[in-house]
Amino acid sequence: MYNEKVMQAFQNPQNVGEVENYNAIGTVGNETCGDIMQITMLIEDGIIKDAKFKTFGCAAAVASSSTATAMIIGKTIDEALKIKNSDVIESLEGLPPQKIHCSVLAEEAIKLAIEDYYSKQGK
Amino acid sequence: MERIYLDHAATTPLSKEAFEAMYPYFSNTFGNANSQHGFGRDGAAAVLSARESIASSLGAKPNEIYFTSGGTESDNWALKGTALALRDKGNHIITSKIEHSAIYTTCKQLEKYGYDVTYLDVDSDGFVSPSDLEKAITDKTILVSIMFANNEIGTIEPIKELCEVAHAHKVLFHTDAVQATGAVRYNVKDLGVDMLSFSGHKFYGPKGIGGLYIRSGIKIEKLIIGGEQERTNRGGTTNVPAVVGMAKALEIAIRDLDKNNEYVSSLRNRFVEKVTSQIDEIYFNGPKAKDYDKRLPNNASFSFRYIEGESILFSLDLAGISASSGSACSSGSLEPSRTLLSIGVPVGTAHGTIRFSFGKNNTVEEVDYAVEQLVSIVNRLRAMSPLYRPSTTTMKTIK
Repeated sequence: MYNEKVMQAFQNPQNVGEVENYNAIGTVGNETCGDIMQITMLIEDGIIKDAKFKTFGCAAAVASSSTATAMIIGKTIDEALKIKNSDVIESLEGLPPQKIHCSVLAEEAIKLAIEDYYSKQGK
Repeated sequence: MERIYLDHAATTPLSKEAFEAMYPYFSNTFGNANSQHGFGRDGAAAVLSARESIASSLGAKPNEIYFTSGGTESDNWALKGTALALRDKGNHIITSKIEHSAIYTTCKQLEKYGYDVTYLDVDSDGFVSPSDLEKAITDKTILVSIMFANNEIGTIEPIKELCEVAHAHKVLFHTDAVQATGAVRYNVKDLGVDMLSFSGHKFYGPKGIGGLYIRSGIKIEKLIIGGEQERTNRGGTTNVPAVVGMAKALEIAIRDLDKNNEYVSSLRNRFVEKVTSQIDEIYFNGPKAKDYDKRLPNNASFSFRYIEGESILFSLDLAGISASSGSACSSGSLEPSRTLLSIGVPVGTAHGTIRFSFGKNNTVEEVDYAVEQLVSIVNRLRAMSPLYRPSTTTMKTIK
């Protein structure tokens, strides 16, 4: 059902956990749907210095979280905001149709975390 | 890597004896059992003997056994055949909330055509109550269909009592015995049921073959029509090798039933004890140890708090262990299983459910390896889960 890239990302996910001293957090999804994704970031001078995730969900959700966090580390906020779920899918070389929503969660978690950062900055 | 198969409720490997019994009927003795010549007579003789053997295994008469393509067809036939035959008598069918989808979706289809279906609740271990059934019967009720044993949580329903309730109201009774046959000792006459579905590949027989027992004197409408097969009641060229293989497999399953159950349940009990002592915050779904006589001997179903079934299932698969997800998420739907929700498992927790079903070829070493892998997988996934907060533990380990 999943390609090798997805299984690889699921088996050996990068950036698992919570960033110490994070200043941005975004949690999307709910337990009833079977997917919850939490992304924490440390943003300094407009740049995402670090990002980590915790995910309750299927293999595609874990793989999407791992890929999405890897994609944003070192990027500016504006660059991170431009990341679409299709970029996550492309990086994973495809997801089954019923698992597309996992990549959407990743996109939403990034946006929510950045919103959280802005609100904490009082902007 | 050696793979370990812990999904015997999904299907079982064909036994060597059944395979050998089937072998001659693929190519050497290939005749159409309905042909009027020597080749045909050889096939017909094999089918006759298989029918007698299966009837004897189930306590039925040979002319009460009808061969079908499997449990799903048998269930479809029993429900639709009864609904059509008795449509002038009534339009009400009673079943349970935890039936296999072969019954559930057939009931849903019948609802589209004007039938009313009552889906009985079950208790927290999955048991249907005879008094609930009694209350649900109306003067429009034409059929009660309750599964013999549940495929997800292993609950063995009180079929004899339920059947007596239906019969007291002159209502027909069908049971889906796909999981029970070969694992629970029964006799159709003693149970009293009017119809009973079974499937070959659940008891080390071949896939694509099953049967429906229809008690003498019960008339239901035909589902698959065409030729004269099955005394004109089910068309389609008889699958002679499969029929022969199923009969042999059932004969062995009934012969070795006590021995196999004792062994398989010892593996299951070992697994359950180790898992519950090594992993906290889990539910053991279905009848507990004190009611193990009312649970399929091979079944263990666990819900693991804070993690999701598909992740567990794939991780197990990567470790060489084949089990089954209790949540339907892996099949593309976000709805968790009806059975788990019906016994009161919270939706989120139901997503983290895995069914392990053991078989006669499993070993103690395999069980121990599976426990070891499972513990490390659950710990790994929980460490990754945003829901896992050891400090805010709210659930207790179910012993």
